[in-house]
Amino acid sequence: MTALQIKINNVHKVFKGSGGDVVALKGIDLEIHEGQFVCLLGPSGCGKSTLLNAIAGFSLPTTGNIVVNGKEVREPGPDRGMVFQEYALFPWMSVADNITFGLRIKKEDPKKIEAKLEELLTMLKLTEFRDRYPKDLSGGMRQRVAIARVLALDSPIMLMDEPFGALDALTRRSLQDELLKVWFEYKKTIIFVTHSIEEAIYLSDRIVVMSYRPGTVKKDITVKMPRLRDPTGPEFNALKAELSELVMSEQLRFEKAHMGITGD
Amino acid sequence: MVKDFFSRIKGIWVPLIAVIIWELLVRSGKVNPQILPAPSAVLVRWYHYVIPAEVHDPKTMSYVKWMFSGEFFGDMWASFYRVFIGCLIGTALALPLGLVMGASTKVYDYFNPLIQVLRPIPPIAYIPLSILWFGLGNAPAVFLIALGAFFPVLMNTIVGVRAVDSIYIRAARNMGANPFVMFTQVILPAATPYILSGIRIGIGTGFICMIVAEMIAVNSGLGYRILEAREYFWSDKIIAGMFSIGLLGLAIDMVVDRLNSYLLRWHRGLE
Repeated sequence: MTALQIKINNVHKVFKGSGGDVVALKGIDLEIHEGQFVCLLGPSGCGKSTLLNAIAGFSLPTTGNIVVNGKEVREPGPDRGMVFQEYALFPWMSVADNITFGLRIKKEDPKKIEAKLEELLTMLKLTEFRDRYPKDLSGGMRQRVAIARVLALDSPIMLMDEPFGALDALTRRSLQDELLKVWFEYKKTIIFVTHSIEEAIYLSDRIVVMSYRPGTVKKDITVKMPRLRDPTGPEFNALKAELSELVMSEQLRFEKAHMGITGD
Repeated sequence: MVKDFFSRIKGIWVPLIAVIIWELLVRSGKVNPQILPAPSAVLVRWYHYVIPAEVHDPKTMSYVKWMFSGEFFGDMWASFYRVFIGCLIGTALALPLGLVMGASTKVYDYFNPLIQVLRPIPPIAYIPLSILWFGLGNAPAVFLIALGAFFPVLMNTIVGVRAVDSIYIRAARNMGANPFVMFTQVILPAATPYILSGIRIGIGTGFICMIVAEMIAVNSGLGYRILEAREYFWSDKIIAGMFSIGLLGLAIDMVVDRLNSYLLRWHRGLE
């Protein structure tokens, strides 16, 4: 067993609203070890993104705490690099400048930055797009840049908030493979939020299924299948069936609560 | 080919016909040429306005100096120089204040009431006060132009900073940006589309202020020249001067447009 890296202790998160308080997270306890690939899975409104934002330090828990590498999370930091669904690349910077942003603001040695840039451009097949602006790139390419930008930080942990949610199915699959490659190569701890059951099974070591309001850990499943996994294989499908049932029952509760009102 | 040529010069017909009617109207004697001179007379006057006044002698005079011996280039330069300096000062004052006001509600609350009171006063209304303060000459003119450019830049900068997508701020914080980096490398560039359109509006206002100021406070520049022409009943020169003003405005706008597309080459809106 590798070292414990993230410890989430009895985390509650309450959002105050005009229509009463919303309990987004209730009594979350999780231990995540170094190098694990963990998916947080659940329907809209189950608090998976809220939990990820709490780990990132964007929005701290109402009660309870999160300890990363022995230090309580109080603010965002480059030790927990985040990949956003909306890419969040700086449109005024070229691909190269986006990737090296974290290093440049730390005033790293230019030679070191250049070497790191070359390495990441090659790794993520972005070399020919080096001087382009984000507006010239497709969604898949933009997300590669966002991944490279986080890798440049050299953070042990990567947080990913539905990073492939806006991509078409084929691009999504190739980026999933790319991400696995990155994960093997750099031995990151990855916490990956998704509502796609298939994506969770394809990628992760461990799937944490969350319930709809209040967000709790409904089930914590370890996935032992060897990679690369075959999404049409029997083991894959058995797990998919099991998870579908868990997630769908939460989805129904979500739909009932919203009665035709769409959105999160 | 011929058809292609004619379709390309479509835009010339309306002004051409207008000028012909204008010319015929004046030549027929129905209009007093002192009130409305013929376009041909304007053109002749404009030619004499533009050409150098002195004979070129390479031994005693540089080419540039010779060119500027006529009125036109001197006037153009004087007017351009005032707009440039005035807008530069106005922008240099408005930009930092706008950035701080956009970023901090506290500062905004301190300054906003004063700005809301001052903003509706047209810069032209400051003319008496500016002459009282600065006397005649470039100083009051530059003051008025700076004032004209100040408010558009200020308002747009405030809006621009407030409109910065929070996702960029989150991403930058995540990568460890301190407040200084956040300001200079994230908020400022993200707000540039707004700031640049504010500067553009500011230059437009500054340009108007420049013409008015030149009519009142100085004795050079295009605004001064057309008022001077009125003193002598040179209506042809007034119109020639007006076209020169338009020409300068167009040239400035073209340069600003180029600069805009260069600075915003990353921006989606320009695709």
